[in-house]
Amino acid sequence: MKLIDCPYIGARPQSEFVYGHEVREMPKPSEVTDKEWAEYVFCRHGAPGVKKEWWHHVPSGIWFVFERDTLTDKFIRLVDIAEVQYEL
Amino acid sequence: MSYRLQEQPLEWIDRSKTINIEVEGKPARGFAGDTITSAMFANGDIHVGRSFKYHRIRGAVTFANHDGNALFQSSDETDIRGDVVPAVDGMKLHAVNTIGGVQNDKFRFLGLLSRFLVVGFYYKGLFKPRFMRSFYERVIRESAGLGKVDLNWRNKRKSKRYGFCDVLVIGAGPAGLSAAKAAAEAGAQVMLVDENAHIGGTLDYQYANDDSVSAARKELKEYVLNSDNIEVQTSAVALGWYSDNWVPVNTPTGIIKVRAKQVVMATGLFEQPSIFHYNDLPGVMMASAAQRMIARYAVKPAEVAAMVVANEDGYRAALDLLKAGVKINAIADLEDHETRGDLAKQVKAQGVQIYDRHAIYEVEGKKRVTSATLCPLDSNGECDSTRKTTVPCDGVFMSVGWAPVTHLLFQCKSDIKYNAEIGQFRAESMPEGMFAAGRVNGVFDINDQMADGAGAGQQAAAAAKGETADVQRPALTTIRQSHEYPIFRHPKHKNFIDFDEDIQLKDYINAAKEGFDNIELIKRFSTNGMGPSQGKHSNMNGIRILSKFTGKSIDETGTTTARPMFHPTPIQHLGGRRFRAERVSPMQQSHVDNKAVFMEAGAWLRPEYYDTEPTRLESIHAEAKAVRTGLGIIDVSTLGKIEIFGPDAAEMMDRICTMRMSNMVIGKTRYALVVDEAGVITDDGVVVRYADDHFYYTTTSGSADPAFRTVQKQILEWGLKCEAVNRTAQLAAMNLAGPEARNKLAQFTDIDLSEEAFPYLGARTGHVFGKPVTLARVGFVGELGYEIHCLAGDAAEIWNNLLKECADVNIRPFGVECQRLLRLEKGHVIVTQDTDGLTNPWEAGMPWAVHMKKDFFIGQRSLEILKPLQSRTLHGFMFPEGFKGEPKECHLLIKDGELNGRITSVSFSPTFNRWLGLAYVDDMEAKIGDGVQIRLDDGTLVEAELVSLPFYDPEGKRQTCDVDGTDGKVA
Repeated sequence: MKLIDCPYIGARPQSEFVYGHEVREMPKPSEVTDKEWAEYVFCRHGAPGVKKEWWHHVPSGIWFVFERDTLTDKFIRLVDIAEVQYEL
Repeated sequence: MSYRLQEQPLEWIDRSKTINIEVEGKPARGFAGDTITSAMFANGDIHVGRSFKYHRIRGAVTFANHDGNALFQSSDETDIRGDVVPAVDGMKLHAVNTIGGVQNDKFRFLGLLSRFLVVGFYYKGLFKPRFMRSFYERVIRESAGLGKVDLNWRNKRKSKRYGFCDVLVIGAGPAGLSAAKAAAEAGAQVMLVDENAHIGGTLDYQYANDDSVSAARKELKEYVLNSDNIEVQTSAVALGWYSDNWVPVNTPTGIIKVRAKQVVMATGLFEQPSIFHYNDLPGVMMASAAQRMIARYAVKPAEVAAMVVANEDGYRAALDLLKAGVKINAIADLEDHETRGDLAKQVKAQGVQIYDRHAIYEVEGKKRVTSATLCPLDSNGECDSTRKTTVPCDGVFMSVGWAPVTHLLFQCKSDIKYNAEIGQFRAESMPEGMFAAGRVNGVFDINDQMADGAGAGQQAAAAAKGETADVQRPALTTIRQSHEYPIFRHPKHKNFIDFDEDIQLKDYINAAKEGFDNIELIKRFSTNGMGPSQGKHSNMNGIRILSKFTGKSIDETGTTTARPMFHPTPIQHLGGRRFRAERVSPMQQSHVDNKAVFMEAGAWLRPEYYDTEPTRLESIHAEAKAVRTGLGIIDVSTLGKIEIFGPDAAEMMDRICTMRMSNMVIGKTRYALVVDEAGVITDDGVVVRYADDHFYYTTTSGSADPAFRTVQKQILEWGLKCEAVNRTAQLAAMNLAGPEARNKLAQFTDIDLSEEAFPYLGARTGHVFGKPVTLARVGFVGELGYEIHCLAGDAAEIWNNLLKECADVNIRPFGVECQRLLRLEKGHVIVTQDTDGLTNPWEAGMPWAVHMKKDFFIGQRSLEILKPLQSRTLHGFMFPEGFKGEPKECHLLIKDGELNGRITSVSFSPTFNRWLGLAYVDDMEAKIGDGVQIRLDDGTLVEAELVSLPFYDPEGKRQTCDVDGTDGKVA
């Protein structure tokens, strides 16, 4: 099982985390076509690469955003939440 | 006759303890330390089993845990590997693949039909004619599989444990022992794992008679067994490699999930067979198998032998055989014995006839080999069958090559390439945290093996500390150890590549000719490597044959995927003991005392009903009657309970729920419907507004955690100024419902319950029995009712007091089943029962709960798109009075023979004395009063009528109705 090494809580087994999907900014609902909205809701890019992902550490109840290379399954860095925040 | 030898220097048996076992009713006497197979052999019984396909009689081939011949079952275990499982006094065993025993197997003549049972015969031969298929199926089902499962099996679950170490060393042979010692000396905590009963590996059988290693052997073993830094696990198999060096190790007492900082793979090699006519006859075995038999168990594998060799190890084995008193009539060397060094000379000096550039072409015999025929090899490496030399023998020993135990190396994605010089696959580079050492690493000289292991151990110990050790590892051997094609055609075939699956050379080549010329395809079509040994003795030859057939290199041909588990693992080990979290509410004891029958709801145990009446249904109906006419109380502590505070709390609630929450009045509740981004209903509950910046809301029992995670994540993602707290376990809740609710509760609370002060859908804080509570007027079950939310620690007292103090009105606790019935009568949906993975609020009949005019809520845009696309609607339906069928959830609605919908909830309603329910109708034209056809279990179509919802109390008068008719008005 994978270990996820987090600067705040140390290396913890992956089973303590819930995967919260890739970080994706929602498009402004009023500014997109139905098709564009459906793309956002249903389509995900499976191509491997460096991705920002939400990971919830269940025992401590904390959400983290990590950058992970999904090709090598290596966690690269902890991302500051401010980097992924957006206004509606 | 007895094959037991004089005492061997390193033998594993304890001659002071005799044991008796029984194999197929035949007694076998052995010593403590014997395996099942060695005990049988010692008694002269060499027939351990029958092969899978042709039921050919078989002996021990590898004697190493990994061939499929010596498979036994006892009364309660299958897949007992006779080669390694200790013989225990009193054991009673049967071979797994016979009908009538190994000697008189009913299917023993199947081999005669082999020309009709070609590879793929299932698909080719048994497909037509159609009317025969069920006959074929019966025959195949009877012969498929190995062993019989005892359906009255005893549950013998084994505990799983966790293990941690700096360095995990897999394999306790010369390299592994050296690695463990070196790592321990460098201060590392080491775990050493070996599948054999004792450490030592080849030191104890291949080199058992080599005096030059005895000092090193003694030192290594003493150090390893006595070091406080080394935990030794024998009879233990490293099952696989998972991310970050997570290695499950199966031991006789269960699986240890080992997290290692570094792993040294000193896994060694599997000896590989030569392929010749009748190479599966009992008596034909690996040279290393003979060495194990002699050195570990002091059993003589044969009286007179012939050998086929292609490396120095073969001559070392020959010397061991000679020393054990086995006469060797001939050695066929596939190349030239002069190139094999000193050992070959020693063998020759003992008068053994060596035939250079010869192979064993065929062996003869019925139930045991009686002679071997050698033929010279021509320039193409084929046997020249015109020049035969036949020698009598009762044992044939093969030492033509090896296959490295690379399973875990493949799993950790090391860079494995074929090394043509040595003739084996080898990891050219290793990922971080991993080391390979010894023969699996291509290092063969015994002293080099130990040096290689020690080097790997030092490197691993240093790496575990985040350092690097400057270690010079020994050079790889430059001598070929495995022949590139020890495979020989024969016009009569029966030259087996895979002993488990009875794959003959021609079967495999024919499969390739038919187009299955990719290593993964040919494996599946021919089933080579798919038996109990999983190709440990057949894949390498399979690769060599396919490589030659296609003209591609070994690397281009590639290998099949080596998935975990490395070795068959009993389900009871994989399952471990069943540890399942079980949540109970603070009122659990009362439920037990009141004879609750519990059901699982996620991790929660909830009372399904209270077993008070003669039958389950009568109990549920009695509970329902109490709620409708008097007073009932249900424990709803399992609801998710979330509080949100902060200036943006109202904004957050608006974004999460489909209804507008920001305009809620303080002290009010509102229904909370939650959909996901696709507009699919995921949750519902009740929202209470405590203050402008303070909300409290409930979720369904199963959604508490995901709902809370979503809220937390969205607060972060949107950067809102609010905080969420999951209070699910801190708070408990109960719903006191029925026309007696107000009158009774008023006696125990400081909150004014009058309709004017505390109307329907209101929420108030105060005390009940002196304990702080929030009361919410909810109407889920359709009667006047109060949800009481309190601290978990106060809940049992409040609950018990209510039961006691309301006994005068015959209060009844009611369970989940009664609640489902009551809410169904009221037409309320249960999310996930009446909704599925696609249901949106339009379909579920809840457009009233969606405020599209809000700026934003999750799923709003999707609901906008979905509204005009609606194609089904949740309707209520009723069966006529006196209806006698038994409709169930998921029964289908049928219209003109086509699917027209599905029942989501259905129940017999005692209130209406009829069956009623909810169903999706895939027909937007359907309207109240229409008849719908429902297909029951037995296929009959019955008619029900669509009726308006709710069934019960459409005007909602009961939500305020007191039993005494005052209806909460202050007199």
